[in-house]
Amino acid sequence: MMLPALIVIPLLAALVACLGGRTRANWPRRVTVGALLLDALILAELTRPVPAIGLAPGWLAHFDAPWIPQLGISLRLDMDGLSLLLLWLTLALTLASVAISWREVTAHVGFFHVCLLATTAGIIGVFLATDLFLFFFFWEIMLVPMYFLVAIWGHERRVHAAIKFFLFTQGSGLLMLLAIFALAFVHRQSTGEFTFDYFKLLHTPMSSGTGMLLMLGFFIAFAVKLPVVPFHSWLPDTHTQAPTAGSVLLAGILLKTGAYGLIRFTIPLFPDAAHRFTPIALALGVLGILYGAVLAIGQTDMKRLVAYSSVSHLGFVLLGIFAWNTLALQGAVIQMIAHGISTGALFILVGSVQDRLHTRDLRHLGGLWHGAPRFSAVFLFFAIASLGLPGLGNFVGEFLTLLGTWRVSPPAAVLGAVGLVMAAVYALLLVARALLGPANPQAVMGELSGRHRVTMAAMIVAIVALGVYPQPVIDMASPSLLHLGPLSARAAPLLHLASRQDQP
Amino acid sequence: MNPFGVVALLPLLVLSAGTVVVMTGIAIRRSNFLAALTTGAVMVAALLALLPAARVVPMRVAPLFLIDGYFVFAAALVLLSALAVLLLSYGYVSAIRSSPADEYYLLLLVATLGAVAMLASDHFVTFFLGLETLSVALLGLIAYSRHRPDATEAAMKYLVLAGTSSAFLLFGIALLYADQGTLSFSLAAAKASSTQGIGIYRMAASALILTGIGYKLSIVPFHMWAPDVYDGAPAPVGAFVAVVSKLSVFTVLMRYFVAGPGHADHAAFQAIALFAILSMLLGNLLALGQNNLKRLLAYSSIAHLGYLLVAFLAPETFGIEASSYYLAAYAVTTLGAFGVIGLLSDPAAGADCAELESYRGLFWRRPWLAGILTLMLVSLAGIPPTMGFIAKAYVMTAGVGSALTLPLAALVIGSIIGLFYYLRVVVVMAQPVAAGVQARFPRVRASGAITIGALAILVVVLGLQPASLIAPIRLANPRAPSPPMVAASPAAPVSVAGLR
Repeated sequence: MMLPALIVIPLLAALVACLGGRTRANWPRRVTVGALLLDALILAELTRPVPAIGLAPGWLAHFDAPWIPQLGISLRLDMDGLSLLLLWLTLALTLASVAISWREVTAHVGFFHVCLLATTAGIIGVFLATDLFLFFFFWEIMLVPMYFLVAIWGHERRVHAAIKFFLFTQGSGLLMLLAIFALAFVHRQSTGEFTFDYFKLLHTPMSSGTGMLLMLGFFIAFAVKLPVVPFHSWLPDTHTQAPTAGSVLLAGILLKTGAYGLIRFTIPLFPDAAHRFTPIALALGVLGILYGAVLAIGQTDMKRLVAYSSVSHLGFVLLGIFAWNTLALQGAVIQMIAHGISTGALFILVGSVQDRLHTRDLRHLGGLWHGAPRFSAVFLFFAIASLGLPGLGNFVGEFLTLLGTWRVSPPAAVLGAVGLVMAAVYALLLVARALLGPANPQAVMGELSGRHRVTMAAMIVAIVALGVYPQPVIDMASPSLLHLGPLSARAAPLLHLASRQDQP
Repeated sequence: MNPFGVVALLPLLVLSAGTVVVMTGIAIRRSNFLAALTTGAVMVAALLALLPAARVVPMRVAPLFLIDGYFVFAAALVLLSALAVLLLSYGYVSAIRSSPADEYYLLLLVATLGAVAMLASDHFVTFFLGLETLSVALLGLIAYSRHRPDATEAAMKYLVLAGTSSAFLLFGIALLYADQGTLSFSLAAAKASSTQGIGIYRMAASALILTGIGYKLSIVPFHMWAPDVYDGAPAPVGAFVAVVSKLSVFTVLMRYFVAGPGHADHAAFQAIALFAILSMLLGNLLALGQNNLKRLLAYSSIAHLGYLLVAFLAPETFGIEASSYYLAAYAVTTLGAFGVIGLLSDPAAGADCAELESYRGLFWRRPWLAGILTLMLVSLAGIPPTMGFIAKAYVMTAGVGSALTLPLAALVIGSIIGLFYYLRVVVVMAQPVAAGVQARFPRVRASGAITIGALAILVVVLGLQPASLIAPIRLANPRAPSPPMVAASPAAPVSVAGLR
């Protein structure tokens, strides 16, 4: 019962926040924090290593209830280490979003928190659902409140950005829905059972052509979210126009749902098709790393710069996932978490510049260090975290990914490493143009407020911990990655073979 | 007719007697409230009469009526929709002019009678009579806001359209009779399965009948009338045209083509597939440019009929139940959307409140109405947690199962276009209220508010718990075995059940 509670609590809180928000402005904020802390308590309970009873190895919790029995759809939720990690990331970043919006969001406070909570509930559902239809349900449900967050509280071109975001994600989602149904019918043909249960649909035998088509249906939906380069064009617009909390949620968590989908669904459901797709996926990953970095270097809008750096960072995740070995997968998971924290923090910092100085344009900024040394130090810290300084979380993720990629494709690893160099260029450019140089008399900034300081301190601790001692995270995630383990063990040596036998 | 026949026909009998009662009531005392009350009571009584009728199905009453599970389901849907329209109209029509609007309720009841009669048709006579009863009554309803020139124009357009489509339909029926020698669906089905191939008469008949039905469903290329009629008619009547009339005609389409003699007519199915694809693409494309919410809903309903036809094309793989669920979802959401428009409109004004501009900032002025309208639009766009999502997913399941590649591609493209214009409305509502010019909204009428509230709850509850609706829908299969025709025909009695 604890898994559905994780989803239901934010939704109930949204209702309460909405009803009480008319009279007292702080009410929705407190309710939101309360709901998130309650969720965190439940999650803490689930994190304790209790020996799982009746669960497959690697799975920590399970929930099952009938939903639409006529179509073989059930409310099935399962949690493993990977879900757990991402749930912690979700709760932490949502809490950070609430904290940094405490003063900043003053219009329609109640509705703002409703949207925040509903997005969070949808994301939690995505990380838990193991019925494909239910997964899609949550996948869609997180879009609408996110859309409102951008469209109502965003910056100057918010409507355009919100609609673009929605069209991209919904459109690709429909392809995935078609693929889900087709998979269910393929499964029915071979077994006679019409079901959307993830565990039953694993190892569905299918022809290689069908497998490739269905795999692409899933891949495109996740690639839009991740984003992978030809499908990324919504991201810079949306991240730039979203309010700070929205950017944090988008960059920190929403993008991770794409990576999660690849690890949880695309590869296990269609191992053979995904394997044949490897060269293209690796190429797309490298392309994302380089293209994102090149564009980040050229930006003058701080938020856009950080957004393009996201494209670059998540290229590593794609690389890691499609390198087919545990090392690279572990790197991808660490990179997901580290990117969530460091980019989330950068968006918070850039957002506070925007809130105080009403500009994000690097050409109008400069010399912030003189007025706000502590703020600038924090900014510098996350900028170098983002460029992958050893000792910080991002380095571990990128290094492991490149190490794993080297084994299967040295060219991809080399080009990925070039991306690291370019990351140094854009991160340092950002620092140099915003913080250093002569102070601009029109752009003098004060220090961070109390809530911001606490949030930043927590995020700094997290990213240092991840960089210095990533083992707990790796330990938590590795059982989930071992699902792919035997597969990768058997796949890696076969990478250069032209074709492989179909096998369950 | 045996006594069970009377029980089976009870809903229709109640409705017919009810029209007489309402008419008599008007003769005795003219009152808005009384007329609405009796009309509502008759509709509720007809709904209740479905319960005993459901016990005796399937039952053939005379050669004309087939009372089966599908009828019970569709009739319940039509009656509930009509009841919702009645509640939405109450207060709206009384504000149009000072004299009581009791004839409005009478017309509404007659139209409902026609629609319900059509649902039971196993014979072209039933279909045609029901259709004409519905159309003629609708004419009066559409023109009810006499002070609006648009309403009269809409009614004239509808009149011409209804006449044209009836002419096509009648000619088709005549040709079919020349070919088959019967107007009964069941007997024709028996003949169709025994004779090989389809002659030129039947081809022509199918084409003409499809044209007639296509007009009524307002699918592309027979859609031109819909936006004007939706726009000109009072908002609750617009909902009635969009929901009840389409729903009942679609039911006949199912009966004739999926369960009846048309099932072997592959050319007709191909034509319907083409119409579906065109409706999904053109309906959505044309909706993009609309700045009037009613016209936007008209084009979106054209597209939705296209989605519905995708389910129609896949009867072997969940298509029948998908179409039934889709009909229910379409009815609830369309009624809700039109209901909100009606509640925001001043009936005495020159036009309903449908211009997109007047919805600017609605979220901050009328949060509940804006919220419900958003919910309905989200449902029309097919996004969870609404009925519209389950409905679209259901249709997609059916389509994928039958490998309808092109219609599915059109469905996906159409849905993406659809998102764009639904979201545009939501965006306008979420924008800050424009300073200065502020249209005044009338006071919200209680009956209407309760109705759209109930519809909103339905949209979410049945979107989250669709199993409770799918279970009865599964029982309502038009292909379920129906009792054989009584030995009225020289042909040996053939059970329709064995046909496929």
